Amino acid sequence: MAFRHKHILGIEPLSAEDIQLILDTADSFKEINSRDIKKVPTLRGKTIINAFFEASTRTRLSFEIAGKRLSADTVNISGSTSSVVKGETLEDTARNIEAMSPDIIVIRHGHSGAPHYLADRVGCSIVNAGDGAHEHPSQALLDLMTIREHKGTLKGLEVAIVGDITHSRVVRSNIYALTRMGANVRLAGPGTMVPPGIERLGNVSVFHDLRDAIQDADVVMMLRIQMERQSKTLLPSLREYARFYGLNPLNLTLAKPDAIVMHPGPMNRGVEISSYVADGPQNVILNQVENGVAVRMALLYLVSGVDSMQDQ
Amino acid sequence: MKKLIIKGGRVIDPAQKMDAVRDILIEDGQIAAIGDAISADDAEVIDATGKLVTPGLIDIHVHLRDPGLEYKEDIVSGSKAAVHGGFTSIACMPNTKPVNDNLTVTEYILNKAALEGFCRVFPIASITKGMKGETLSEMGELKEAGCYALSDDGVPVANAEMMRRAMEYARPFGLVIATHAEHLELVGSGVMNDGPVATELGLKGIPWVAEDAATARDVMLSEFTGCRLHVCHVSTKGSVDIVRQAKKRGVPVTCEATPHHFSLTDDAVRGYNTNAKMNPPLRSDEDRQAVLAGLADGTIDAIATDHAPHHLDEKNVEFNIAMNGVVGLETALPLSLQLVRDGVIDLNRMVELLTCGPANALNLPVGTLEVGSPADVTVIDTDLKWTLTAQELASKSKNTPFDGWELQGTALCTIVDGKIAYKK
Repeated sequence: MAFRHKHILGIEPLSAEDIQLILDTADSFKEINSRDIKKVPTLRGKTIINAFFEASTRTRLSFEIAGKRLSADTVNISGSTSSVVKGETLEDTARNIEAMSPDIIVIRHGHSGAPHYLADRVGCSIVNAGDGAHEHPSQALLDLMTIREHKGTLKGLEVAIVGDITHSRVVRSNIYALTRMGANVRLAGPGTMVPPGIERLGNVSVFHDLRDAIQDADVVMMLRIQMERQSKTLLPSLREYARFYGLNPLNLTLAKPDAIVMHPGPMNRGVEISSYVADGPQNVILNQVENGVAVRMALLYLVSGVDSMQDQ
Repeated sequence: MKKLIIKGGRVIDPAQKMDAVRDILIEDGQIAAIGDAISADDAEVIDATGKLVTPGLIDIHVHLRDPGLEYKEDIVSGSKAAVHGGFTSIACMPNTKPVNDNLTVTEYILNKAALEGFCRVFPIASITKGMKGETLSEMGELKEAGCYALSDDGVPVANAEMMRRAMEYARPFGLVIATHAEHLELVGSGVMNDGPVATELGLKGIPWVAEDAATARDVMLSEFTGCRLHVCHVSTKGSVDIVRQAKKRGVPVTCEATPHHFSLTDDAVRGYNTNAKMNPPLRSDEDRQAVLAGLADGTIDAIATDHAPHHLDEKNVEFNIAMNGVVGLETALPLSLQLVRDGVIDLNRMVELLTCGPANALNLPVGTLEVGSPADVTVIDTDLKWTLTAQELASKSKNTPFDGWELQGTALCTIVDGKIAYKK
């Protein structure tokens, strides 16, 4: 089937069929990453700008590698080294980038809605690599790909997501993606970190006790506590957070024996996740990172609208 | 000066409980007579047959941006927008550069309005010097200069002791304190109403309790000091309730609601629409319904626009960093008439909310067609359908959430001080 989206602004605008196509495309691209010569000519001659206005290592590296493996020319700019620090508006920055005729702009921005703002103002494709607390679509898709690999399906799975729900773009994208693919989402977090109306985004139940959320879960996804971002009013201490909302070998036994443990990274070991779990047999955290490259290859390929997956 | 007769209109003047077809004779800038079949050979006649004739509309919450921020609006363009919208009197907020906290700025505003403006302008001075919340403005001198009310609109007086003293000091001068009631710590870095839409959009929310808590504090300080309090732009169920209960207890409090808060909900923010960003923010439909109930039962005294012009450059940015506020002078009348068509209020009540209601809230000497009063009159076509095009607004700024809306009702003729200031 054809992919009709010019932009990837979030999961919310995507249908189950769209998500299925992205995951299937990613599956077929994944093999390239284990070849000796990890490069196909699919996007040769295309220019991709990775515009990261907010700190990122993993996502930015992943998008860059994905572009390069498809033979696109990838160029990175970051907030701290761009004209933004000279007071240029996002619109002007975008127009100047566009004047150099890129095919795709991959954007990470601290303001929710920044990718939508760009999509309204420039002609090329926009791929959202995380906007504020809104969406992080490629993260959700790589999460789904990883779950599907381990569980064979998404339908009917119980997926617990635990941590700072309020400030997490990963959660919002995952709620849309998991719900559309037939999974059940359980959320858990402290009272200060569960936003009003989150249950309206999809098939979601909300808990405040981590143990209730992970009981018999197939997947346990822990979110990063963003120590650098949150004000001091939200939590008494990281010690208390670890005690009530951290995943450890003991409470993990509440989940199904074959449950997988996920984390979008970067991890705070000993806070939201104990090292015994992070490095334990149920963790699939580095699978997620591995699949991130394949998913981003699929996204770049699909929005670029080239005709066929030639010469893989 | 030429005489003017407004003939055959349905005259609604809630201040004198009048609702009848009448002729109005205007002479020497005053209402000279109201009656049947008035004629005068030397008078210009405005045929108002089938139209609504009201005291000139009054907007007690306008940001004219003059002095200092004239790239957004100035006294001339703002008052022009006012008369286009049917308003003959506007009260302007003191958050200019410099702040209107002194005689000189007040006189500048009054003089410029008198010389170049299209309508009456009532300057509202700041409660504290520089709106910094630290020292009282020279309220006595500001009163003498022509201020009827004081407000630190946009930067609420955070310190309760400061607000207490402001009310105690203002009371003997007969000044009204107009409060922008928001608890700043609870507002935090919020950019829209806290709720499901904010959660969905990943934008930081401003909870209703930020407004309710501040409204409650200021209402209780008004009760404690006896000072006249006016609560600006109530937008939550709770703050409407707080004012309703206070009025029952006899607290000297009034309040206003804006057309955007009674017409829109936070759904309008979807798509990161910066023209739906203002302070207080658009709220839930439950809050909107409570505002409508307050307009209907008399809790809310005035419709006021919080006309807040901003340059395109200040709105054409990411939602988080866009300025707060929307223009409102040229859309308030049709949006208020919509309340009548929707059966929320009747036409008499609507006129009250736009004339003597706001006049009484700030003790302004306008708002009636009684013989001998200043001849400020608005002739209204309540049915005319038109489409709003933001670029065609008379205001310098075009930041309206109603661009492209089909509206119904408009001012046909706006008469200020006996002279036609606007004619459609």
